[in-house]
Amino acid sequence: MSVVGHSPPPFFKRGVAPLARLAIFVSLCLFLLVVDLRFRTLDMLRATIATLIYPLQQLAYRPVEFASGAGEYFSSLTTLQAENAELRDRELSTANRLMRQEHLELENRRLRELLGMRERQPTQGQVADLLYAARDPFSRRVIIDKGMQNDIVTGQVVVDDVGVVGQVTRVFPLISEVTLLTDKNQAIPVQVQRSGLRAVLAGAGAGQMELRFLAANAEVEVGDILVTSGLDGVYLPGLPVARIVKIDRDAAYTFARILCQPLAGVERNGQVLVLAPREMPAAQPEDQSNNDTPGKGRKVKRGQAAH
Amino acid sequence: MQPTHSSRRILLPVKGWFIILTLFVALFLNLLPLGRMVGVPDWVALVLAFWCVREPLKVGMATGFILGLVTDVAEASLMGQHALAYVLLAFAASGLSRRILWFPLGQQALHILPLLVGSQLVMLLVRMAGGAEFPGMLYLLSPLVATVLWYPLTYLLLIPQYRPVDRDDNRPI
Repeated sequence: MSVVGHSPPPFFKRGVAPLARLAIFVSLCLFLLVVDLRFRTLDMLRATIATLIYPLQQLAYRPVEFASGAGEYFSSLTTLQAENAELRDRELSTANRLMRQEHLELENRRLRELLGMRERQPTQGQVADLLYAARDPFSRRVIIDKGMQNDIVTGQVVVDDVGVVGQVTRVFPLISEVTLLTDKNQAIPVQVQRSGLRAVLAGAGAGQMELRFLAANAEVEVGDILVTSGLDGVYLPGLPVARIVKIDRDAAYTFARILCQPLAGVERNGQVLVLAPREMPAAQPEDQSNNDTPGKGRKVKRGQAAH
Repeated sequence: MQPTHSSRRILLPVKGWFIILTLFVALFLNLLPLGRMVGVPDWVALVLAFWCVREPLKVGMATGFILGLVTDVAEASLMGQHALAYVLLAFAASGLSRRILWFPLGQQALHILPLLVGSQLVMLLVRMAGGAEFPGMLYLLSPLVATVLWYPLTYLLLIPQYRPVDRDDNRPI
């Protein structure tokens, strides 16, 4: 052969045969796949590997960060001035609303107290930098620079200045993964702002979402804004989510095909706000009368029934 | 320089640390946060296939499995997806290693192409079975780019083995 000192392959001690080794590794991989897909219990393994490769990942992030930083540095003064002026204008225009908001919140609280309704939970959150989009071409995920160290937990809602971006689905010590609304496995309960119609919005990939299971004659129009309905106990009610861009009412199908565009810059980089996890109200105490009357399928002992 | 078995040239033996270093560099290139850019080759798969072909006794399925797990975590994909693809790739590349090295580089690349496409298809199959979205036909562009890179990569990774046996201190290189 063509290598100096090339040792011939060992004749007798050859270890496990290649085919047997392949079978072992493939079954191990299939086991991992099934566990990850079905039971989602590999978080410890994932977190360990993620912590090990974190330095390498940060190192790989440097050139990209440097390039974007250099671009910002060279952006001219005039652009900055224009942006500054625009921001000041916007602040002025929103100041009015902000001032009234406090007043309205107070008024709202009084009215709610009057009505005996539960207070809406005030929102808190922490600002996170959106680092980059995950490379996986089969899903829509982004990485943010806050993790377990900043008390991020799975299920937290991520918003930007316009609307909902997604939900934290995996938390590592220093970073976390956010699944975007446009991911095919991501669903969010919404309400049409105009009519109050409730529905489920699911990701459809390619930057679009689909409003599912609405009858062909449902009262929706192109241009309607969808906001979160808050029924799931995860999203706060009233956050803007998407706008309807296309409705396909085909009488041949039971449901209309409704395509929506996310309002927030879901697939663009920038800063996002991770909202604090929503505290669910305590479960309603079970109805007393319900406990006394036996359920349909429940057998009642005779002695008990006689009491 | 002809890095095939049919050439007369005798190469130096490969250093273990060099294999590890190249695999690390490939992992680093895979970790570059390029987002969803299409046509970016899977460097780890390419370098793994290279060493499986060149050194089947040193690099094999176990290396592929570990690198696959790391890539799975880094790319936020399903656990075991890349591991499965890399294990199959390593098995096929090691099996073909006795044959491939007798061919000139262009034909070697043609042998590598189906291996890389196959590993991509395995991942596609696994994820579609898991209910993910179809990434589009451009997904298969990256093995094509990787195949083209086989030629320069071979020369790059064999540089340390081309050094002369007796170092001449008066020679600049």
